[in-house]
Amino acid sequence: MPANLPAAPPVAALEAVEIAYPKRGLALGPFTLDLAGGEIVALVGPSGCGKSTALRLLAGLETPSRGRVRRAAARGETSVVFQSPTLAPWLGAAANVALPLELAGMPAREAMALAGQALQRVGLAGSAAARPAQLSGGMAMRVSLARALVTHPKVLLLDEPFAALDEITRRALADDVLSIWADERPAIVFVTHNVEEAVYMASRVIVMTPGPGRRAGETTVAAPAPRAPGFRASRTFRAAAETVSLQLADAMAREAAPP
Amino acid sequence: MRGLSRLAPWALIAVILALWELACRALHVPPYLLPAPSSVAAALIQTAPSLATAAMRTLAMALEALLLASVLACALALAVSLSRVLEQAVRPLAVGLQVTPVVAIAPLFVIWAGVDHPGRAIVALAAIVAFFPIFSGAVSGLASADPDLERLFDLYGASRGQKLLRLRLPTAVPFLLEGHKVAAGLAIIGAVVAEFVAGSGGAQGLAWRILEAGNRLQTAKMFAAIITLALIAASLHFAFQAFERRALAWWRGR
Repeated sequence: MPANLPAAPPVAALEAVEIAYPKRGLALGPFTLDLAGGEIVALVGPSGCGKSTALRLLAGLETPSRGRVRRAAARGETSVVFQSPTLAPWLGAAANVALPLELAGMPAREAMALAGQALQRVGLAGSAAARPAQLSGGMAMRVSLARALVTHPKVLLLDEPFAALDEITRRALADDVLSIWADERPAIVFVTHNVEEAVYMASRVIVMTPGPGRRAGETTVAAPAPRAPGFRASRTFRAAAETVSLQLADAMAREAAPP
Repeated sequence: MRGLSRLAPWALIAVILALWELACRALHVPPYLLPAPSSVAAALIQTAPSLATAAMRTLAMALEALLLASVLACALALAVSLSRVLEQAVRPLAVGLQVTPVVAIAPLFVIWAGVDHPGRAIVALAAIVAFFPIFSGAVSGLASADPDLERLFDLYGASRGQKLLRLRLPTAVPFLLEGHKVAAGLAIIGAVVAEFVAGSGGAQGLAWRILEAGNRLQTAKMFAAIITLALIAASLHFAFQAFERRALAWWRGR
């Protein structure tokens, strides 16, 4: 935790969780993660290390084979954004965003009004009626983000949300996420395989080993959030990115040459 | 270029018809073996009223069968998608019925429908043929929702009913459209095959006109009936294709 934030009570925790599949064996763990209210944690690791699985555990979409998942947030207070926008092609942008509210029983008109505000939030006020097929990749991702935000979640889980986008779009979206975080302070867990992105977004970066994913290291990024304009060029940024890269390389090397 | 490629199929037809006409005249082909296009045209004009009635009859039976097949296939697909046990129970039966040639089971249906109602047997047989593309399209459509979207529905606490109405059914729409387009073509084929097997004039469809003219060696009339059949089958196909295209554009929003 950065020193400038008071310690908040945990909103979710993974306690020595393991996920084992009948054929593949152990895919994750034992893995422990405490998520304090309002903090941003990045999970970095190679493909197949179980970082997405850890996210699904936090969301309650999967149950651990061993260990415990604690969730202080009630149903509807956790949102997920996946790697692909995952929009319903037969619904317009606003109707997609309104879906979580409508599923929870909110009348359609009220839900659509709130969806309109959420779209405005991500800079898509003019595309409320557009269908997913009419949107660019970056725009579709923003709609997906608006859908996650429309319920004002306490926990926001992002599963490589920018992986399919070009560098300029992903930087713009990262800044959008940070400015939304500055307003609403949800706890964010952010899965990525991009070290720079992790350091730019998160106050804590946790590096995971190749599958079965365990904790290989943790780096605290001691810089105020949201980030200052020149942050990517700062010494803090470069030092943190180097530490994370070394931890990652170390975890990969240990995998390649077992003792 | 665009106009040229649009004209090309008509030009080919014209060339084939001209060569055919010339060959018939030059080689003195007997008209019961191969009538010249001009005599086919004459037969078409001469028998137009009875062909039109027969075509309407065949089309009506095919559409009736399509409607029946659609209702049954959608209902069964829905039931199967809600119960795994039912799916496993139905699957081998469905495959068995699908691979059995319609010609083989047609006589059975003719007996069941009774000699006085050959139309019922024809509709039932055409419906069996049209059933499978709709059924299998509906079953795979109902099962092909985006798994991540399904996870989101779980995350937001959607009920089974909400998942069906707001996720599975809309996902199945393109599959259903494709299934109905294929089924429409098969319904015509099914109706014609069934009418051949029923073998009586009771149904008065196009297949009967073909059989009747064939038995009398009126080959030009046979050609006239076959052309009429091809025309209604093609129009039905294109009508469904246009509908599918429009409906898909609406579904995708462009």
